[in-house]
Amino acid sequence: MKYIDEFRNGDIARKIAHRLIQEVQPGRSYSFMEFCGGHTHAISRYGIAGMLPAEVRMVHGPGCPVCVLPIGRIDLAIKLALEQGAIVCTYGDTMRVPASNGLSLIKAKAQGGDIRMVYSAADALTTARDNPTREVIFFAIGFETTTPPTALVIRDAHRAQLGNFSVLCCHVLTPSAITHILESPEVRQLGTVPIDGFIGPAHVSIVIGSEPYEHFAQEYRKPVVIAGFEPLDVMQAVLMLVRQVNEGRAEVENEFTRAVSRLGNLNAQSLVSEIFELRTTFEWRGLGEVPYSALKIRQAYAQFDAERRFDLRYKPVADNKACECGAILRGVKKPTDCKIFGTVCTPENPVGSCMVSSEGACAAHYSYGRFKDIAVVAN
Amino acid sequence: MTKPKKDYIRPLDIKSGRVDMGHGAGGRAASQLIEELFLAAFDNEFLRQGNDGAVFVPPPLPPGARLVMATDGHVVSPLFFPGGDVGCLSVHGTVNDVAMSGARPLYLSASFILEEGFALADLKRIVDSMAAAARDAGVPVITGDTKVVERGKGDGVFISTTGLGVVAPGVDIAGANARAGDVLLLSGTIGEHGVAVLSQRESLEFETTIESDTAALHTLVAAMLQAAPGGVRVLRDPTRGGLATTLNEIARQSGVGMVLDEAAIPVLPQVDAACELLGLDPLYIANEGKLIAVCAPKSADAVLAAMRAHPLGSAAARIGVVTDDPNHFVQMNTRFGGRRMVDWLSGEQLPRIC
Repeated sequence: MKYIDEFRNGDIARKIAHRLIQEVQPGRSYSFMEFCGGHTHAISRYGIAGMLPAEVRMVHGPGCPVCVLPIGRIDLAIKLALEQGAIVCTYGDTMRVPASNGLSLIKAKAQGGDIRMVYSAADALTTARDNPTREVIFFAIGFETTTPPTALVIRDAHRAQLGNFSVLCCHVLTPSAITHILESPEVRQLGTVPIDGFIGPAHVSIVIGSEPYEHFAQEYRKPVVIAGFEPLDVMQAVLMLVRQVNEGRAEVENEFTRAVSRLGNLNAQSLVSEIFELRTTFEWRGLGEVPYSALKIRQAYAQFDAERRFDLRYKPVADNKACECGAILRGVKKPTDCKIFGTVCTPENPVGSCMVSSEGACAAHYSYGRFKDIAVVAN
Repeated sequence: MTKPKKDYIRPLDIKSGRVDMGHGAGGRAASQLIEELFLAAFDNEFLRQGNDGAVFVPPPLPPGARLVMATDGHVVSPLFFPGGDVGCLSVHGTVNDVAMSGARPLYLSASFILEEGFALADLKRIVDSMAAAARDAGVPVITGDTKVVERGKGDGVFISTTGLGVVAPGVDIAGANARAGDVLLLSGTIGEHGVAVLSQRESLEFETTIESDTAALHTLVAAMLQAAPGGVRVLRDPTRGGLATTLNEIARQSGVGMVLDEAAIPVLPQVDAACELLGLDPLYIANEGKLIAVCAPKSADAVLAAMRAHPLGSAAARIGVVTDDPNHFVQMNTRFGGRRMVDWLSGEQLPRIC
């Protein structure tokens, strides 16, 4: 824990907080979007928002893999389990995302679907080896961080000529989502969502490097500071962003130098491009159809592509009308702007995806921050 | 071949035998299992009566004394884990539930649901561990029951235990008793039981030196009550849902809020590291040998000293205060310097932990 505790040191945090108070310019407002759910979670869990000067506002971004998964994609996974009788393996958070007909993967499991939570893609492959007479499908979600492990199991399954394993690929790409946000009318024309800079992803950047963000700094004049997921990383990144804004700079800076290089992990990148190719378009919850924003499995590995193997047809499904997840994922609204936040929609009974994952803006605010919404008599 | 002795009955093959449906049929096989395995381990005057129920004389109950009854089912998976097994857990769990009313536990009952095919050697290990835990606690198992379900309809062994205890006059401990200004005490480090069980799970096996903290807490409770008569208002053992959920339960029952100091909550570095790796929060991990006490401010020092003087409370700490809060929020000053809520456990963090 030594190497982690260093990045959670309260004394250093107070020093950075003090420095921030000195450096923010009175009367100026600073709106920074933390793209990743990992940062959203850290900000809430460590109470960082309360340690920042009033001039600094954090806007939660769409970088929560479970949150951006559209209903229609979960419907496909449920269909595979209930109608095809396949074993569907997936990461824990995915289990509780609401799907059509009042279902979720966990509810489909209670109805008899063989749906299993795994800790890694490799566990899904092991499940396929252990159950040679059953179809085993890995419901693969996530950004660039979880893509290389999925690529690895597809390559291994291909080498072993495993006949009962396939992947329902829902991997999405970070840079296209950032472009989409920067191009959205709220940011570009209306100015209703002021974004003065980004805290760039931690783990995603380990894979893709810092280079892909240079375009945002140059083209859109937005500072980007790549930061780790520890609370001191976040505090330091905010300070670096404030300095860029004050000095009129728009650069990509790397706070997370202990893990992120400019070019990223080239081995992982080449493995990913061997197995996957770009989809021309992909539906994101909240952002809608985003061009070239996701990956699909290449023709050479088609036998491991669940969409081809089971001839799946994607059907878009509209979100619940009262749910504001879409606007929240674009940074247009805050969780508390949603009429059903904390009443109809809670972590126990989530209506929208942002209330499901601990990285979701709504779940993070509900679990860690909602005491701030109400005047509380407490010392 | 020599002729077997007259009246010889072949004993239960504990070494390589398995539970079969006959062991639950109430016939001779069932009777043999009970006598050779259960009665041999739990042996006491009440079981020796051989009746359907145990007949006992209640302890003298002075005016104001009350009886407490608590029951607990144990379905932990795996059945054996570092630091314990389902057997001792089923004694500690119920002894602690009785003790959390401030009671002195007197007797236990035990009901076993066995799965066809379960190894008798494993059953004996579990029953022996249970009997040893009951003896150590001084709380005998005085009546019991055994049922067998077909293979695939159970998971080895499920054990339900019920405990009976007596609360001394003047002791008033209940979840609704916390008041603003009261002090929150915790008897030691959190998270060991959950992490120890988790480390043995099939999909997750990892090597660790962490052992379950499973223990009977009634002598610790007795020492605390003696140190400050009337000073302890609420006692609760933070099992499933962990410290966070238990504090929220008390806050809701008492209609108060709480503010915790994260730096004061003791967590072993190994537990912290395992939780970090698995993305878990120690505040939500089950404990089986820890308790939370809400104390009147003037009694807190005496109660804390009594806890620290007891082997099961040596790492006891003052972790926060009770506040006036109409929303019944449990908040925490983080070690990092911020403030956040500590909410109820949402969903199932770790199924079948006890």
